[in-house]
Amino acid sequence: MTELRVVLITTAVVTIALLLRLLRRNYLRERYAALWLVLAPLVIVLAAFPHLFNQLAHKLGIAYPPNLLFFLACIVLLLVSVRLSVELSALEDRTRALAEELAILRASIDERERETTS
Amino acid sequence: MTESQRDPVPTSVGRDLRKRLLIVIPAWNEEKSVAAVVRDVRLTLPEASIVVVDDGSTDTTRKEARSAGATVLSLPMNLGVGGAMRTGFRYAVRYGYDIVVQIDADGQHDPRQVDRLLATLENGADVAIGARFAGEGTYQVRGPRRWAMRVLARWLSHIVESPLTDVTSGFRAVGGPAVELFARHYPAQYLGDTVEMLVIAKRAGCRIRQVPVAMNERMAGTSSQSPVRATIHLIRAVLAVALASGRRWQGETVSGVLEREGSQ
Repeated sequence: MTELRVVLITTAVVTIALLLRLLRRNYLRERYAALWLVLAPLVIVLAAFPHLFNQLAHKLGIAYPPNLLFFLACIVLLLVSVRLSVELSALEDRTRALAEELAILRASIDERERETTS
Repeated sequence: MTESQRDPVPTSVGRDLRKRLLIVIPAWNEEKSVAAVVRDVRLTLPEASIVVVDDGSTDTTRKEARSAGATVLSLPMNLGVGGAMRTGFRYAVRYGYDIVVQIDADGQHDPRQVDRLLATLENGADVAIGARFAGEGTYQVRGPRRWAMRVLARWLSHIVESPLTDVTSGFRAVGGPAVELFARHYPAQYLGDTVEMLVIAKRAGCRIRQVPVAMNERMAGTSSQSPVRATIHLIRAVLAVALASGRRWQGETVSGVLEREGSQ
C-alpha cells in the first residue's frame, strides 16, 4: 500500500496547490473551491493512515479496501456534477431573464430615439 | 361550407373593445413571411398592438418586421419559442395589456380567426387554443406525427379537464391574471411553449378552452414528418408534461400564486 499512499498524497497536495493558484488568480470562486479544499486534506489523512480506511472498509463488508475508495470517489463526483448542473440551470435562467429584459429595454430606447429624431 | 353553418362560437359578438390587445409574433429567421403576417394582422385588427419577438434571427427578420410596422423586441440570442413568448408576456405586463394573442410568423394562423379566440376568453376562459383538426379548415397532418399529436392531446385533455385535439397549436390567446402568470412562468424548455404551458396554466387554476379554427399551410418552412422524429417529439413532450405535473407549485389560483411569490 505504500505506493498507493505516495500517489494519493501527491495527488491531494497537487490538487490543493492548483486550487489555491486558481483562487489567487481569480479564476475560481471560493464557493466552488471549498468542496475540493475540504476533500483534499481528507484524502491526505486517509493516505497517511491507511489502516483507518481498511477498518472502515471491513466494517462496511467490503473485502478489498480500494473498492471503497473508488465507490466514494464515484459518489463524490456524481454529487459534484449534479450540483454543477443545478448551478448551470440557475445561470441559464438568469441569462434568459436578462436577455428578455434587454430586448424590451432596447425596444423602448429605439422608440425614444425615433421620437427625438423625427 | 360556410363558416356560419357549423360555427358554435360567436365571432365578434360580446367582444370588449376596451380591453387592450397585444399580438405577439415569435419569429426566428422568418424574413420571408413575417412582414406579410404583420401587415395582415394590422389590416384585420387595427386596434391591436403588434410585437414581433425576434428570437436571435441571423437574417433580416428584424428589419422586415419593423418596416411592416411592428414593434420589434430583439433577443440577443436564440431562446426558443418559450423564451420569446415570455418576453412578449413581460412586455404585455409592463405596458398594461389585458389580452395576449400568439400568432406564428410563418403565416399559418389567420388573424381573422383571432375574434374566435377572444370570444372564448369573453366566455370565461383564461387560455384559448385555436385548434386544427377540430372540424374547421383543410389543414392535414398524416402519419406518425398525427398519431403522436393524438396521444398527447388525449392526455392533456384529461389533465386540463377540457377536450383538446391540437395541443401543439401555437395559435393562442391568454387573458386576465394569466397574462402576469405567464410573464413569470412561461416555460422555456423544448415544447414548454405548447404542452407545459397548459399544465402550468391548469395547476394555477386557469380555465383552458379549445376553439376550432381554419389554418393555412405554412408560407415558408416545413415541419418534420419522419417516424423517428415524431417518436422523439412524443417522448420529449411526455417528459415535459410529466415533469410539469410533478413540479412543486404554490397556490391554487393565479392570484394566489402571484400573491405568494410577492411582487417582482
